[in-house]
Amino acid sequence: MLSRTADNLYWMARYVERAENMARILDVSHRMHQLPHNGEGSGAEWEPALIISGQKPSYEARFDEITASHVIAFMALDPENPSSIVSTLGSARENARAERFVLPVEMFESLNATWLELRSITYTKLLEWGFREFFEWVKERCHQFNGTTVSTMVQTDAYSFTRLGTFIERGDNTARLLDVKYHVLAPDEDRLDEAVDYYQWGAVLRAMSAFKAYRITYRDSIKPRKVIELLTLRREFPRSLHHCTHAASLLLEEMSPDTEAARLAGEINARLRYGRVQDITRRGLHAFLTEFIARNALISNEVGRAFHLEASTTLPPAHRRQRQRQF
Amino acid sequence: MPSLPFDEMTRPDGGIRAPYLTYDAWMARTSIDTLRQKHTQADLLFKRIGITFAVYGDSQGSERLIPFDVVPRIISADEWDYVARGVCQRVMALNRFIHDVYHEQEILRAGKVPRALVENNDQFRAEMVGFEPPGGVYVHIAGVDIVRTGENEFHVLEDNLRTPSGVSYMMENRDMMMRLFPDLFDRYSVAPVNHYPQELLKTLKYVAPSPVGSPTVVLLTPGQYNSAYFEHAFLADEMGVELVQGQDLFVDDGFVYMRTVEGPQRVDVIYRRIDDDFLDPQAFRKDSMLGVPGLFEAYRKGTVTLANAIGTGISDDKAVYDYVPAMIEFYLGEKAILRNVPTYHLDDDDDRKYVLEHLDELVVKEVHGSGGYGMLVGPKASRTEIAAYKDRILANPGNFIAQPTLALSTCPTFVNEGLAPRHVDLRPYVLTGKTTNVVPGGLTRVALKEGSLVVNSSQGGGTKDTWVLER
Repeated sequence: MLSRTADNLYWMARYVERAENMARILDVSHRMHQLPHNGEGSGAEWEPALIISGQKPSYEARFDEITASHVIAFMALDPENPSSIVSTLGSARENARAERFVLPVEMFESLNATWLELRSITYTKLLEWGFREFFEWVKERCHQFNGTTVSTMVQTDAYSFTRLGTFIERGDNTARLLDVKYHVLAPDEDRLDEAVDYYQWGAVLRAMSAFKAYRITYRDSIKPRKVIELLTLRREFPRSLHHCTHAASLLLEEMSPDTEAARLAGEINARLRYGRVQDITRRGLHAFLTEFIARNALISNEVGRAFHLEASTTLPPAHRRQRQRQF
Repeated sequence: MPSLPFDEMTRPDGGIRAPYLTYDAWMARTSIDTLRQKHTQADLLFKRIGITFAVYGDSQGSERLIPFDVVPRIISADEWDYVARGVCQRVMALNRFIHDVYHEQEILRAGKVPRALVENNDQFRAEMVGFEPPGGVYVHIAGVDIVRTGENEFHVLEDNLRTPSGVSYMMENRDMMMRLFPDLFDRYSVAPVNHYPQELLKTLKYVAPSPVGSPTVVLLTPGQYNSAYFEHAFLADEMGVELVQGQDLFVDDGFVYMRTVEGPQRVDVIYRRIDDDFLDPQAFRKDSMLGVPGLFEAYRKGTVTLANAIGTGISDDKAVYDYVPAMIEFYLGEKAILRNVPTYHLDDDDDRKYVLEHLDELVVKEVHGSGGYGMLVGPKASRTEIAAYKDRILANPGNFIAQPTLALSTCPTFVNEGLAPRHVDLRPYVLTGKTTNVVPGGLTRVALKEGSLVVNSSQGGGTKDTWVLER
């Protein structure tokens, strides 16, 4: 397989995953926005979307204040914003278009249909539709992509690169979401405010579709430490860091076991496999997540080196500029 | 009043021409609403599969569907024989001509083609002089544009010997027609066209550098933003070869390799859909981002074959075109089967005088133009347009040729009001490897605007499925 093909498939999957996560983040911001505020009625709940995507400076250059309508329009529909859902899915579609003949027919057609529809949605239409319905729709389209990948793609190296893209990106997104929430919530381990925990950390769980998973796993009220454990160390939850590195490690072992990429993925996975949540919180969640994001990005670089991907990137800057996000 | 153009279906006396009799009977039992519904269905299907082309000069870089018409263009077996013999004869002579031009130049010495026309031509590649391509083949793929003006009158408009496109539509259109009108295929015996990629692959493998057991063939595309990218991907897929871009290839020690996830892999034959100028920044345009540095050197060394060869443009401009019948006589000792359209050369004083006085009757084209861009259709142009075009001609007369406006044949076409005659042309695809042959069919382009003679997709033309009937 051409290195460029591998590169395109890898990034196609990453962009789809990224779009899905943006929809999740906006969805949870929207939910939190509807809760009674702690007085100031600030736009704080909308900040994560801007911080995670690295678009806070460009947002602030264009808008005076952080408001729901501006953030949603900017992060969902603005084609000028390279991190918006429409741009990200546009990039996914461009990558898929370049490799459409490697992909099952359904995969390109599904992404193409998503993109065509997304492009036709205006903010007014979004209001008519309802935010929740829109976010649900984006998630559904992304699920359809993942489902089609798993159920129709021939499981050769093209498949491995696609799946690898999904898990590398998902790990990155989970870590970022958790980190931003951590800043906003600034949990105080000694402070006991179960109502705040319920709503605030509950929102984090909802953003990750992890609310039910939490209940099933812990059968307990929502405790920050357990939320952190679920989203980092519990392999059985498919968006946890451990789950993502486990999947990436398995894929890389199969694709090319003697590479630095495979070793690195294995090492990170082992740390998560044997790590304890008290060690994470003792050291500090932020430090832990920062290191994870950096090492996860390192896997991505090593994948590029192992399979000769870097020299073969052919997408124009518009679809490349947002690949690596500023931390 | 000008007489009506030749119609592919209906004779002037109202009778139906033989190839269309069955279609006519079928139409009589089919409502226009059925056609309308099939038309909409085809549109949706094409959009969903994503068969689009990019429009140059559109700042949005937007993609459009090439309109597809649901009424087939039907050609009888006899008519096809004639056309097929005609195009093969031309391509054989043209291959001989290119070889001659880059070697002994016998035809120039015999005075059959003016020397200046060749040697002062931008498309003459001095780098190719004395080079012997595998099998002596220069034009592996040609897309000859033919128009019809009467029962037995077929004219060649252009030979398209560089990187002719459109063949994917020939196949996709057939696929669509079989899907939409299965009953028509029960009534007609239509020659299949979908083996074209296999024929193409056979051709490409045949011209591989000699000591290669199982040659690796690739298709080189400028990339997904090229207007014909869909076709490139389609053909690569149908042939089962890698679709590569410049960045995927590199030259090491005189051999061409592609970058794969398992490391470098040797490449033997490149079906390139990139113009000569952009193939190799070391040999041609320095600013080319599309090409492969060192490719030309490898090609000259004979370690890799390019299809088509470099330098075929020399026999593919609208001035050299005029001499193709002379080439056929010179190399093959035969009379040209297909006619040329009389051509006026604007650097000739008499011709220029005549043309400038008759601009409102003639079609004027740029010598190196293609895609229907930059041409003047006199009878359809306004006075201002004619005056402006005149200035362009006078600024550089040698850059233009003129031809009489041909009454292109018409074919019934589905439009808003129902069925109406629209002008069509025909582009069969001629392959040359061990032999020269042509898949029975081609791309019929149709000018959808009433009265328009410009069939190019970039100018609002559409396409039709072309049926060659079997005996």
